[in-house]
Amino acid sequence: MFDEFYFLQQLINGLTVGSAYALIAIGYTMVYGIIGMINFAHGEIYMIGAYTSLIVITGLAALNPVWLPLVLLVALICAMIVSSSMGWAVERVAYRPVRGQHRLIPLISAIGMSIFLQNYVHLAQGSRNIGFPSLIDGGFTFGTSEGFQTTISNMQLTIFATTLVCMTLLSLFISRSKTGRACRAVSQDRKMSSLLGIDTNRIIAATFVIGAALAAVAGLLLGMYYGSIDPLFGFIAGLKAFTAAVLGGIGSIPGAMLGGLILGVAESFTAGYLSSEYKDVVSFSLLILILLFRPTGLLGKPEVEKI
Amino acid sequence: MLSLENIHTHYGKIEALHGVSVEVNEGEIVSLIGANGAGKTTLLMTICGDPQASAGRVLFQGEDITHKPTSDIMRSGIAIAPEGRRVFPGLTVEENLHMGGFFTSKDEIRRNQKHVFELFPRLAERKNQRAGTMSGGEQQMLAIGRALMAKPRMMILDEPSLGLAPLIIGQIFDIIRTLRDEGITVFLVEQNAKQALKLADRGYVLETGRIRLEDTGANLLDNEEVQQAYLGG
Repeated sequence: MFDEFYFLQQLINGLTVGSAYALIAIGYTMVYGIIGMINFAHGEIYMIGAYTSLIVITGLAALNPVWLPLVLLVALICAMIVSSSMGWAVERVAYRPVRGQHRLIPLISAIGMSIFLQNYVHLAQGSRNIGFPSLIDGGFTFGTSEGFQTTISNMQLTIFATTLVCMTLLSLFISRSKTGRACRAVSQDRKMSSLLGIDTNRIIAATFVIGAALAAVAGLLLGMYYGSIDPLFGFIAGLKAFTAAVLGGIGSIPGAMLGGLILGVAESFTAGYLSSEYKDVVSFSLLILILLFRPTGLLGKPEVEKI
Repeated sequence: MLSLENIHTHYGKIEALHGVSVEVNEGEIVSLIGANGAGKTTLLMTICGDPQASAGRVLFQGEDITHKPTSDIMRSGIAIAPEGRRVFPGLTVEENLHMGGFFTSKDEIRRNQKHVFELFPRLAERKNQRAGTMSGGEQQMLAIGRALMAKPRMMILDEPSLGLAPLIIGQIFDIIRTLRDEGITVFLVEQNAKQALKLADRGYVLETGRIRLEDTGANLLDNEEVQQAYLGG
């Protein structure tokens, strides 16, 4: 029997995880848009964001009592700073020195970077699961008393709201700001951009940094949502977000947002109506289908150009 | 103002320029003509530092810019409207112009944009249109306008007439004259040798990576060799 409240619950769960995927997917899509390559260390940057925020939250908890929103804000800012520096470092170490070489070379150096970061966290934080305190509790429940009750937790609302704010700020940045305009210009014609006196290296580094900052936001949110993290936390999430970026059309920012949401919802429905074991099967099947039938993704389109 | 001293430029192992020396004085229009593959664009791009010369020196206003990064060179008073125009297709006309003035202040951008719109009223009409959807002539105007946004002392134009209708070519050459009258030094590369030499104070003929001839524009127009090779007899 179809229960609309159960359906609604899956939808809410899916959109929650999906918005976090979207935040991570932005990093893939922006970097791809500007240098035409996938940042394979991006999942690790997200994982480091989660670890950093956990460390900050634990540290601040020792200073008890502190106002909760302030704790979260400080954790968020610290995570964004640490992850951004990682994003910057990945570009400096794994991409810039080999730019202009064969496409496989930066791919390999980025995978190397990813292995390095993963193992660094293994050594520094241990390989076990660490519990992440769910600091935001409570929520709203609605539904019939005899049937299924839909719950939307405050944590989920926080994830929606934070994602919405980040996406709005990003869109404004890309469309209005000088650096955002330069990002678009460099992604369309890097050589011409440098002929206009634009330091393209700085713009490329900026896209890594912005993507990393958004991944850190997702790291804090999903860490709290799932309740535990480990050094492999970034691996699957990175693959999922990459799938989301391809699904929406790699290189397109609205595409990454849409792809993330679709993927999250698809997973949640699979888990809710089939079995959570098939969750990953469905997402990666989706990836294969998209690559087979619409390689440019849902919103990716060939450039309009008239010569 | 600009001097190239015995420039050699390589693409990988292949040498494209074999010791080229060119002088552009302040306030001049200098035209460089030559056949396809002679190395004209390579010469211009060497000035911009992309690729950099493997031997020889490029001096701009007395400063050695041979090994400076492109983005620094382009901030020192040189601007280029490159071969193929290379406007940013997904950006609007106005955004393209703003990219041209990337390193200038907001005030300067406003002032320079007003000036560009006076020179090219067509661009003002199409301010919010995506550059990729405009005609070739309009894109060329945009490429020149974008270069002007940097308030350059010297403007490099690479084949501005390529692929344009004769009427539009006339307009583009009129604009180049206007630029000179405004005190901008012009270094022009053209396949359209007749027009380019008519306009030029001085000209150079480049042949397979070497300067073959160098003279005033009028003398080159009368030169028999030039007439035979570049002006269709």
